[in-house]
Amino acid sequence: MIDKKKKMDAIQRRLIPCYIFLIIVSLISVFPLFWMFTAATNTTVEVAQGKLWFGTHALENFKNLVDNTKLWTSFSNSFIYAAVQTILSLFICSLAGYGFELYHTKGKDALFAVLLMAMMIPGVATMIPLFTMMSKMKLINTVWGFVLPALSTPFLIMMFRQNSRTFPVALMDAARIDGLPEWQIFFKIYMPVMKATYAAAGVITFMNAWNAYLWPRVVLTSNNAQTMPILIANLANGYTIDYGMLMMGVLFCSLPTVIIFFILQKQFAEGITGAVK
Amino acid sequence: MEKKTNRWGWAFLILASAMIMLFSFYPMFSALMTSFKTGSSANMKYADPIWKNFLRMFKDRMFMTTLKNTFLYLIIQVPIMLVLAMLLAQLLNNQHLKFRGLFRTCIFLPCAISLVSYSLIFRSLFATQGLINSVLMGLGFIEENINWLGTTSTARGVIIFALVWRWTGYNMVFYLAGLQNLDYQVYEAAQIDGANGWHTFWHITVPQLRPVIIMTSIMSINGTLQLFDESVNLTAGGPASTTMTMSHYIYNTAFGTGTANFGYASAMSFLVLVMVAILAFINLKVGDRRD
Repeated sequence: MIDKKKKMDAIQRRLIPCYIFLIIVSLISVFPLFWMFTAATNTTVEVAQGKLWFGTHALENFKNLVDNTKLWTSFSNSFIYAAVQTILSLFICSLAGYGFELYHTKGKDALFAVLLMAMMIPGVATMIPLFTMMSKMKLINTVWGFVLPALSTPFLIMMFRQNSRTFPVALMDAARIDGLPEWQIFFKIYMPVMKATYAAAGVITFMNAWNAYLWPRVVLTSNNAQTMPILIANLANGYTIDYGMLMMGVLFCSLPTVIIFFILQKQFAEGITGAVK
Repeated sequence: MEKKTNRWGWAFLILASAMIMLFSFYPMFSALMTSFKTGSSANMKYADPIWKNFLRMFKDRMFMTTLKNTFLYLIIQVPIMLVLAMLLAQLLNNQHLKFRGLFRTCIFLPCAISLVSYSLIFRSLFATQGLINSVLMGLGFIEENINWLGTTSTARGVIIFALVWRWTGYNMVFYLAGLQNLDYQVYEAAQIDGANGWHTFWHITVPQLRPVIIMTSIMSINGTLQLFDESVNLTAGGPASTTMTMSHYIYNTAFGTGTANFGYASAMSFLVLVMVAILAFINLKVGDRRD
């Protein structure tokens, strides 16, 4: 018993350099976010002086932000766009992943391989034709202009396709014997069984939509249609920057995703690694 | 019956497939067509000679600067980040380590905020009248404020540091997931054979993690070649466009304050696409050969 404890102590002692290294890396990782919170409560002068703790200027910064920007419009835009994108994207891509894996044939596998190549196409290469397309369809400054190009992604289809490998095919056969039509198998059996995949895919899709920047900058040109990332980017464009107000804006842009991160960290981690199983 | 279910399968996947064709492949070919044209967006004609935009690229010093910058970020940042991510994953995979969950959450946390948010935070931290300068001044390391973002070399350094900060935890999560799926019997065998830690890592862990390493490398290369948010929001491409990335320049050419030049922007974007494809291909080939 004592021997075992001694051995454990020795192991912990040898790990001390690891602890020190991990503590330093953790502090560097967390500090900029901690600073964002404190800076949002200080005046721009205090921020410049290097004040590191919370101040009393939070309300003032918040008032300035509301007075000078379309905070609530942008916040609700971001929320609506991200919610619409998440719901539709999950439906379209899971349906496809289901079709590709559980009804797979050589033809479908070949098509999937082609679709995967779309992952390599950079956003800057498609933004000009997509902008022209959206202008012709009169979708500039609308939720559809924002979401349409992002609804079907090879990444999500692949994620559902890979995760469907563990789906029990016996359930489908049983349902067929019970006379359930094919499309109802998807809704009544596949969807409930795949809950975990939907959660992970949902978290990652919502975050991506909320954080998008290049495409919204192209397709959302009016102040009334803008999203949170665009709002805060514009805040930093002036010659004199009110750092307190800027960090309050950044805080509003980050808070929803930070909250999601803390509540659904496991799903988030599964979401980003989801397609490599 | 078989035929009927097969048709259902096609029905399920047709919408998603059609959308990828319409919103990814079609625009890609359309961009290729546009890259051969000149003139304003409303009145585009085929250029004479047809590859005029592509010739212009190689004479455009500004584009060459952005190309150089992007590759500089790629060559320095990606290896540092991936090695650091692998090291952290190895440390956190140790069963004897305490507070593993806490460390993991902390290091993973930067992924919770948007690229625009962290760019603006770093821009504020490294401002001339910013926290970094006041801390360095307070500690007596510097006599006067450093103009971090107004000097080319330090501004590039800040972008690289910021990128490493934002993405290391992201890649670490991939490696952690990979390490958890490893076959532990091989490790026990290696221990009995008297292999040291470095040997075990290099000859057992790395080969088994190879698919994950290839995947993270491709993603990182792909992402770095498309850098946009950081260039726009952290340094605004400055000073004098010396930190600007290709995507930033392409965006400015197409939608910036000057006259929109869709043809030239498309030609440059096509080069990015070709580079992404070539580097991903090389990566896959190199990864395959180590068998």
